[in-house]
Amino acid sequence: MKFEDLNEIKKKNISFQKKLKNQKNNFILSIKDDCKTKLENITEYIACDGYFALAKALLTMNRQQVVDEIIKSDLRGRGGAGFPTGKKWELCKNQESEKKYVICNCDEGDPGAFMDRTIAEDYPHAILEAMAIAGYAIGADEGIIYVRAEYPRAVERLNQAIVDASKLGLIGNNIFETKFCFNVSLKLGAGAFVCGEETALIKSCEGQRGEPKLKPPYPAERGYKDKPTLINNIETLANIPKIILNGSDWFCSLGEENSKGTKVFALSGKVKNAGLYELPIGATIKQLVYECGGGVLNDKQLKAVQMGGPSGGCIPTKFCDTKIDYESLKQLGAMMGSGGVIVMDEDTCMVDISKFFLEFSVDESCGKCTPCRIGNKRLHEIIQKICEGLGTLSDLNELENLANYIKDNSLCGLGQASPNPVLSTLKYFKEEYLEHILEKRCRAGVCKKLTKYNIMHDKCVACSLCFKICPVDAIYLDDDGKYTIDQNKCIRCGKCKASCRFGAIERK
Amino acid sequence: MKIEIDNKTYDFNQNETILDVCRKNNIEIPTLCFLKEICHEANCRICMVEVNGRLIPSCSTLAQQDMKVITKNAKVFNSRKKTLEMLVSNHHKDCVNCQKYGYCTLNKLFMQYNVTESKEFYKKNSTQIDDSSPCITRNNNKCILCNRCQKICTQTQSVSALTKQERGFETFMGCAYNNGLRDSTCVGCGQCTLVCPTGALVEKDETKLLTQMLSEKENILIAQVAPSVRVSLAEAFGENIGTFDEGRMVSALKKLGFKYVFDINLGADFTVVEESNELLENIKNNKKGPLFSSCCPAWFKFLQNFYPDYVNNLSSCKSPTEMLGAIIKNYYAQSQNIDVNKIKVVGIMPCTAKKGEKERGEDVDLSLTTRELARLIKQKNIDYLNLPHEKFDSPLSTYSGAGLIFGTTGGVTEAVLRRTIKLLNPQSNQIEFLDVRQGKGRKEVDVCLGETKLKLCVVSGLKNARELMEDIKSGKKEYDFVEVMACPGGCVNGGGQINVDYDKIDIEEVKFKRANSLYEQDKKLKVRNSSDNEIVQQIYRDFFIPSPNKCDILHYHK
Ligand SMILES: Cc1cc2nc3c(=O)[nH]c(=O)nc-3n(C[C@H](O)[C@H](O)[C@H](O)COP(=O)(O)O)c2cc1C
Ligand code: SF4
Ligand code: SF4
Ligand code: SF4
Repeated sequence: MKFEDLNEIKKKNISFQKKLKNQKNNFILSIKDDCKTKLENITEYIACDGYFALAKALLTMNRQQVVDEIIKSDLRGRGGAGFPTGKKWELCKNQESEKKYVICNCDEGDPGAFMDRTIAEDYPHAILEAMAIAGYAIGADEGIIYVRAEYPRAVERLNQAIVDASKLGLIGNNIFETKFCFNVSLKLGAGAFVCGEETALIKSCEGQRGEPKLKPPYPAERGYKDKPTLINNIETLANIPKIILNGSDWFCSLGEENSKGTKVFALSGKVKNAGLYELPIGATIKQLVYECGGGVLNDKQLKAVQMGGPSGGCIPTKFCDTKIDYESLKQLGAMMGSGGVIVMDEDTCMVDISKFFLEFSVDESCGKCTPCRIGNKRLHEIIQKICEGLGTLSDLNELENLANYIKDNSLCGLGQASPNPVLSTLKYFKEEYLEHILEKRCRAGVCKKLTKYNIMHDKCVACSLCFKICPVDAIYLDDDGKYTIDQNKCIRCGKCKASCRFGAIERK
Repeated sequence: MKIEIDNKTYDFNQNETILDVCRKNNIEIPTLCFLKEICHEANCRICMVEVNGRLIPSCSTLAQQDMKVITKNAKVFNSRKKTLEMLVSNHHKDCVNCQKYGYCTLNKLFMQYNVTESKEFYKKNSTQIDDSSPCITRNNNKCILCNRCQKICTQTQSVSALTKQERGFETFMGCAYNNGLRDSTCVGCGQCTLVCPTGALVEKDETKLLTQMLSEKENILIAQVAPSVRVSLAEAFGENIGTFDEGRMVSALKKLGFKYVFDINLGADFTVVEESNELLENIKNNKKGPLFSSCCPAWFKFLQNFYPDYVNNLSSCKSPTEMLGAIIKNYYAQSQNIDVNKIKVVGIMPCTAKKGEKERGEDVDLSLTTRELARLIKQKNIDYLNLPHEKFDSPLSTYSGAGLIFGTTGGVTEAVLRRTIKLLNPQSNQIEFLDVRQGKGRKEVDVCLGETKLKLCVVSGLKNARELMEDIKSGKKEYDFVEVMACPGGCVNGGGQINVDYDKIDIEEVKFKRANSLYEQDKKLKVRNSSDNEIVQQIYRDFFIPSPNKCDILHYHK
């Protein structure tokens, strides 16, 4: 297709763009549940300036200029590590090789995160366009989108997008009648979290066991089939067309001093309005939780937020005004990760929660290196012991040693980050660990073995409500005519306490 | 270029890792998963050193100009110790009963870093021992997932019997579909048992069977020793790698209770005669297609597993150990008037695959590896180093240099050449064929035998064998005679040889030293052509020539 043809399509469908303009347009992706700016259809996408960035790059810019524009934009990788995207492109561009690849990372293994899925489903063409621009910039003619098979709709739409774009000649050979060729294919991942790690992803693409590899050499030097490979997260790529089209200055006007642009967050946990929110980088945790999320569920007290997915850290309420950017989060022992944010209220036991996150790492470790494979399991066993009230102070000591050992010695990012939940809770909520160990008490009442419900006879009016509600018949009327809990039968569900209207049931 | 290690400056070359530089300068760094050229994935994390305050794996980090490396401080020590504590926490420590006791790298490190049993509430994985294979025993409860075996089995041998299964803490090294080794593609070469740093992969232990045989008084036990055993056994008692030691070996076997000790080198001489006859016959009849050497049982199995159409190209000759077994049970028993049923022939082999050969031949009753022999000697409290030097028993022990060099790659070919050249061209004095000796995994040689030009190929290591087979299959290459040894470097590096510490010496050097030791001895011998071996001549004269169909005992029935 020629550039004129593209323009023609846009003109024909301009009404669609006008319709969109009337809706509130948020930032770059405009991801918000109530705002239907989905651009999965190719003509609609073109009506909204789709593929014009590719045209601009191919027809008016040379390769270095494209890379420079991205460098100037200060865009940083949204896949977790926050590596400067322009720098990565430049590194790839400077590799001498006949064959290079562009890979889009849409593995998204973090539980509770679904921004990558949304982008793939709603903006498949933006991804194709960005990959083609990247291919042009670094000198690659082949792109691979690695997407998890559990996202059937994303797979379907990406496939459709490839078909549609190929039909119009927006990907394929001699795009816009330049000599530039770029083809894209899909690779489906089977859902292992570690396959989101770039080197493991490459192995998985090659049909091998998805295990990370030592870096260096980086994928930019030796990646897929040992050729220089540019791997970017799908959200990173989604930013590219707008940066090229509107210029890096426009992009830099959003965000923070050293982190530009916006980021999509997946807010979940004990929050009123869970969902996806796009915010300029540098917004505070408070803004995210209260302004976007509408505050804590049931108006309870905010205890902490966990940022950065299962291997992120727990940030206590007192740091609520922290700006969400790569550096600030790192300082607090958390990380941006892929943008998962879990809100925790006062009923959360921090020991239990770190056990919960650790469980994920134990399950998802690939098993290649010793610290992560065995260490995480041991870490989990120690916490388990503490949660059961059998922990000792020396266990606590070992917990910290082991966590630091795993962090310092693991081969890939999964292992290196997996003890973060433990280390951050040890840092900010050590008193809860000590309560579990020394007082055999779980203040949130989550650790069942450390929780006991008791009916205070002076307050009990023998209304029998608790007796009726107990699911295991652990409550009986004793000789004094008051209700009593049979501790052997009680499963510590807390239903009785919630039901008592006289405040006669206490949790110890 | 210069690098600073522990506050001292050292030179290094491009592409050298920190570990390379340290090894060169005798700075000790422990390794478990690293194997030069074979495994450098940095997954065990024991070789960590400190650079810029961070711990990095020295085995796979390139040395850089002005890099400052610390190999010994509290941080490094604690990291290694913790790694070992993690490993021991999932390791069934049964050291004194373990076949690897004394050779186990893991155990050595446990002692060095003072690692004791781990916390009692740490759960260990527990799996069944896989003793389905006639050659190899797998005990995953001792595996530390260093991945060496997978690398050697998949890359060096291209067999891919062992791969990682499951993930996380549940990961284990196993065969596809969690089958036993017997039902995998395993060819029994035992290379994995050479590299496993623990007792997770070992030869199938048959020392008890031998003890049983020895205790049955009516048995007449005959040991026969393969060529390459004599350049490895003494290593188990502290001698240098490749020490040539026949005298004390024979002496030890006698002490163990063997009535006679014969030499498979003689069997090899018979193989040379029979195999070169087969080759000459092929040439005479213009028979197409390569003739494959058949002495390596792992190679036989490999063909069966992966290239069954080519099994018929194998020479019909039995392997040297089977030939000697047949001669003992027929010729020797007859001439000495011994009841064959009382004779028990025990092969002492560098090879685990030979244990599986029993299923093919019937003349050898038991095959023990060099390692098993060393273990028996230690168990019986025999002071090996101070044993007197004894000679093999006559008559089945006179050998030519050609028989001796069967122990290394190229040996069979060289031995066959020595004989055929002489036969076709009696003036020729060529004895040494340096082109076919150690070195590359695949060598091609063209020789002129009179008018006929022969294309020969010498291969060791099964990955090279696979490439060879692909070339033959696709018609890219044609050969008249092909010698294949499954183990890289041939039997000197056989899967049943004494374990060496790869922290101290590279595999390449081990192969070279042992092979060299055989060649040195070959040089010293007067008789270096199998046809000139007078015992060979005598047995043909007295036994085979008068009734030619007796020669059948030297061949497999096709
Ligand atoms: C354990 C682990 C899991 C990861 N999972 C993902 C993922 O699901 N999606 C993703 O884009 N990046 C993931 N990453 C990050 C990638 O390794 C890589 O840094 C990223 O794809 C680079 O793209 P970017 O520079 O655009 O962020 C993961 C990293 C680790 C260590
Ligand atoms: S850190 Fe964990 S996930 Fe990463 S290589 Fe090691 S075992 Fe695999
Ligand atoms: S014996 Fe050889 S083929 Fe079998 S598993 Fe070991 S290395 Fe692989
Ligand atoms: S069996 Fe031995 S060589 Fe194989 S991974 Fe386990 S410890 Fe390593």
